[in-house]
Amino acid sequence: MIINHPLLGPRDSAEFVVLGDACLIDRPDGMNATFEELHDYAYVRDNPAGEHRELWYHEQGDRSWLVVTRSTLTHEVIKVDLARDVARARGRSR
Amino acid sequence: MRYSALRILKEGLTGNRGWQPAWREPEPKPEYDIVIIGGGGHGLSTAYYLAKEFGERKVAVLEKGWLGSGNVGRNTTIIRSNYLLEGNQPFYEFSLKLWEGLEQDFNYNAMVSQRGILNLCHSDPQRDAFVRRGNAMRLSGADSVILGPDEVRRMCPYLDHESARFPITGALWQPRGGTVRHDAVAWGYARGADQRGVDIIQNCEVTGFDIRDGRCLGVETAKGPIKARKVAMCVAGSSSRVAALAGMRLPIESHVLQAFVSEGLKPVLPGVITFGAGHFYVSQSDKGGLVFGGDIDGYNTYAQRGNLPVVEDVCEGGMAIMPMIGRARLLRMWGGVMDMSMDGSPFIDRTHVEGLYLNAGWCYGGFKATPASGYCYAHLLATGQSHETARSFRLDRFRLGAMIDEKGVGAQPNLH
Ligand SMILES: Cc1cc2nc3c(=O)[nH]c(=O)nc-3n(C[C@H](O)[C@H](O)[C@H](O)COP(=O)(O)OP(=O)(O)OC[C@H]3O[C@@H](n4cnc5c(N)ncnc54)[C@H](O)[C@@H]3O)c2cc1C
Repeated sequence: MIINHPLLGPRDSAEFVVLGDACLIDRPDGMNATFEELHDYAYVRDNPAGEHRELWYHEQGDRSWLVVTRSTLTHEVIKVDLARDVARARGRSR
Repeated sequence: MRYSALRILKEGLTGNRGWQPAWREPEPKPEYDIVIIGGGGHGLSTAYYLAKEFGERKVAVLEKGWLGSGNVGRNTTIIRSNYLLEGNQPFYEFSLKLWEGLEQDFNYNAMVSQRGILNLCHSDPQRDAFVRRGNAMRLSGADSVILGPDEVRRMCPYLDHESARFPITGALWQPRGGTVRHDAVAWGYARGADQRGVDIIQNCEVTGFDIRDGRCLGVETAKGPIKARKVAMCVAGSSSRVAALAGMRLPIESHVLQAFVSEGLKPVLPGVITFGAGHFYVSQSDKGGLVFGGDIDGYNTYAQRGNLPVVEDVCEGGMAIMPMIGRARLLRMWGGVMDMSMDGSPFIDRTHVEGLYLNAGWCYGGFKATPASGYCYAHLLATGQSHETARSFRLDRFRLGAMIDEKGVGAQPNLH
C-alpha cells in the first residue's frame, strides 16, 4: 500500500505503524465520561467491511499522525489527512 | 460407512465402487433446535459434539461458501498447549488431549502428528520467562521441557546458533505439540456430525437475524428464513460483520495473517520451530514443503491477502535463524482474515440477546483450539453452563477487568 502523505507525498506503508480506528481521536473526558463511554472507547470497535478511517503514525518518516481513509475490502487508499487537521475540525484544541 | 484398513482392501479388490460421499447435501428445514452459523473447524466441531456428546438431534450448520473455505483450510496447522495464563492454558491442554484421541473418535485420518514444538530463546531473561511458562504448562497437566543450547544444537544443527545479535541460549520444548492435516479436520468433523443427523448446508450465507423482544427466533439466509431455538455465531474472521446484523459491536478488529510454503524438500525439520527474537515460525509438511509464517500485517482488513512488507519481514526472520532456508524456492503464499481481539484471547459466551451465542476472537491461534472450542461451545449451548476450561472466555471481561492478555500489551489488537 502507498500512503499519500499530505506533506511528503507517496510513502510506503512499511514506514508507518497503525493505531486503529480514527474514532480514537474522540477520547471521552475522563472526569465526566460514563463507565460505558470509557469501556466502548477503549475496547469496542465498528470494524467495518468497506470504508474505514484509521490513525497511522509515520514512525520512520516525519512522525506525523495521519487519518487514512481506506477500504478494508480492497486496500485502496481513498483519502489521507493530517490527524491534527481532523482533530481541530472536531473541536479538539491540542 | 466406517473407514478402516480392511475397507480399503475390500474396495481396492472390488474396483472402488462402494465409496460414498462423506456427508449429505440437504436442503434446509424450516426449523431447528440449534443453528450454527459458519462451517469452519469450530462450527463443525461444535455440531459434532452437540450430536455426539450432548444428544442434540436437530442441528444445522450454515456455511456461506464451501466447507474449509475459511481459516480452517488456510492455517499453518500447528497444535500446542504452551500458554502461560490460567484462563487459557487448561483450555488448550484440554484441546490437545482431544486431538490425541480425535482420529479414533471421529473415524477419520486427520494426520495428527505430535512431532513437537520448539520455542527458541535468545537471552537469559527470555529463558527465565520460558521456565515460568513451562511450569505453568505443567501445572495444567501439559508437558514441557527446558533445553540448553547444546541440546538445541543436537536437535537442529542447521540453525544459526552463534548469531552475534540473537544467539540461541536454549528453548522451551513441548514434545506433544505438532501439526494436523487441517482440511481433514473439517472433513472429519463434518462427516461425523452428518452421520449423527446434523444438516450441513453449504452456500447458505446468513444475512440477518429474527430478533423480537430481545429474543433470537431464527436467521435470514440466502436459502430463506430458518427458525431456531438457539443460534450460535461461529464465523471466525467475520464475527464483527455477522454480529453487526444483530446490532452488536464487538471488542474485535479483523486482520490478515499470511502463510508461505516452499517446494517439497527431503525431511529436514523434526517438528515446529519458532524464532524468539522476531516473527518467524516453520514446520515441514508431510509432502516436504516448508510451511512458515510470521506476524500479522497490522491494519484492519477483510481482503484475504496481505502486502509485501510482511513478506519481507517473515523472510528476514527466516534468514536470521535458519539461513539455509534462503536456498528453498517459494511455491505458494496466501492470507486469511482473523478476529484479533482486544486482549488476544477468544470468546465463548452468550450475548445480550436471549438465544444468541458467540464463539469468536480466535486470533492467529484458533486451529489448535478446534476440538475444545467445539466441545465447550456445545457444552454451553446444550447445558446453559460454561465448560470449566472456558469460563474465562466471557464477552464482558473488559467490563470486569478480567482480561486474558498473554502478551501484556493492552487493548491494541495488532500487537497481540
Ligand atoms: C495464515 C494463517 C495461519 C494460521 N496458523 C495457525 C496455526 O498454526 N495454529 C493455530 O492454532 N491457528 C492458526 N491460525 C488460526 C486459525 O486458522 C483460526 O483461528 C481458526 O481456523 C478459526 O476458526 P474456524 O476454523 O472455525 O474458522 P473458519 O474456517 O474461517 O470458519 C468460519 C466460517 O464462517 C463462514 N461465514 C462467515 N460469514 C458467514 C455468514 N454470514 N453466514 C454463514 N457463514 C459465514 C466462513 O465462510 C467460514 O467458512 C492461522 C490463521 C491463518 C489465517
